[in-house]
Amino acid sequence: MVPYLFLGFGGLLVATALMVILHRNPVTSALFLVLSLCSLAGIYLLLQAEFIGMVQIIVYAGAIMVLFLFVIMYLNLQHDVEHGAHIAWRRGIGWMVGALLLLFSALLFGRGWAVGPAAAVPPAAEGGNAAAIGRVLYSRFLFPFEVTSMLLLVAMVGAIVMTRGRRAPEEERA
Amino acid sequence: MNGLASLWAIPAVQVTAWALLKVVIILGVMLGVVSYLIYAERKICGHIQARTGPNRVGPLGLLQPIADVAKLLLKAEFTPASANKVIFHIAPILAVFPAIVTFSVIPMGPPPMFVVTDISVGLLLFLAMSSLGVYAITLAGWSSNNKYALLGGLRSSAQMISYELAMGLSTIPVLLRSGTLSLTGIVESQSGVWLVPGTRIPLPNWGVFHWYLVLPFLIFLVTSFAETNRAPFDLPEAEGELVAGFHTEYSSMKWALFFLGEYMNMIVICSITVTLFLGGWHGPGPAMLGIVWYLAKLFALLFVFIWVRWTFPRLRYDQLMGFGWKVLLPASVVNVLLASVWLYWRANG
Repeated sequence: MVPYLFLGFGGLLVATALMVILHRNPVTSALFLVLSLCSLAGIYLLLQAEFIGMVQIIVYAGAIMVLFLFVIMYLNLQHDVEHGAHIAWRRGIGWMVGALLLLFSALLFGRGWAVGPAAAVPPAAEGGNAAAIGRVLYSRFLFPFEVTSMLLLVAMVGAIVMTRGRRAPEEERA
Repeated sequence: MNGLASLWAIPAVQVTAWALLKVVIILGVMLGVVSYLIYAERKICGHIQARTGPNRVGPLGLLQPIADVAKLLLKAEFTPASANKVIFHIAPILAVFPAIVTFSVIPMGPPPMFVVTDISVGLLLFLAMSSLGVYAITLAGWSSNNKYALLGGLRSSAQMISYELAMGLSTIPVLLRSGTLSLTGIVESQSGVWLVPGTRIPLPNWGVFHWYLVLPFLIFLVTSFAETNRAPFDLPEAEGELVAGFHTEYSSMKWALFFLGEYMNMIVICSITVTLFLGGWHGPGPAMLGIVWYLAKLFALLFVFIWVRWTFPRLRYDQLMGFGWKVLLPASVVNVLLASVWLYWRANG
């Protein structure tokens, strides 16, 4: 059962990820990205990582992509701009990234592809894997966890400062 | 026949078959409950406004929902010429889908009979589905290619994102108390009776009777009004300024699906409130009465939802956003802190 589900989710993931970059309408692209994030969550579920699967949907599909859509709709981007000087830049960067990807995959496959263990690693049984993640996060990985939260706090303050804009000097003194 | 019997012997097949049967029952019952919930809403609203409400179709107007559904099915289907056709069709489906999925984890009575599946991250599934619920409204508003619909859709996405945060944070004290994300586990942690310290007054061990869960209960209730887009938080469809908001261009069954989604969401969110704060299926009497207690609490909460909608005026949009970010969010953060300190002190102090 699990291999078939994996094929289904994996196929959906690849197909929708391709549609994200192939579709011309930005809103449709964003929706395909939501779908591909959801199928990724399905793969997490198959790996018995329920907590990560659900958080994937809540954070990426539910919060971040809604904001993406919000911005796309707010700016009313109908179609990609097809003219101007920056399109050449964009094409150039696209070719470069594509070439790098090809190079990496050639190197990877050239060294022989090792398939991981066939069976999924069983999760920590007691309390489900939410409890296991919490225990590890607050003991062994406490420092990186705290550093990440500081980073997010700085980003949040930065975002607020930027959206407030620069006020005129006389207004600031008042 | 032998083939079928051997198939039935596989546990996975049995589990799936039972789950499917429960899903079919829940779907059927939900559709009936939703149509009579609309009838109840119209009746209650009528009496709140000193009218009688629908009373022409059948005795006491009891056949009104059937007439309504027939009317909606027979109405002309209209799609605006400049709409994005595919997304215009998908949006109403997305309005109903999250509510139905969430119902698969709600425990309506003692397990394993009255719950479709008890997964270890049931509460997260609810939060995930409620965050996907935004898409229906946002996409409906955008794909209609109508400025009122677009404004309604944008308002709703901003509103739902803001209130989801406070909603998620208000569930954390519940989790701290129960120590599990499984909804069945959360209900089980609320069983029994406790005595108010220093007195002999017995109280049910429900979440809401513990001081550190009173504020989360109120925050959860307020945010659920916002999540279901109902008054006093029905800004996405404020008719005075936005015609009908995101569903301005919808007609016939597609419009009915939005309506169905709204009421199903109401039932789902009330069920989650009952599960988290009101002790789920727990109540006096034998365990088999569990589903009765659950339904009684559910309908009482639904009545509160309708009552609030027809009693309070709509908030102004900036007041609504300010309330969400500047009052509800800090309040729930402070409550998480207090609850964790209290629970730690009680366990170790």
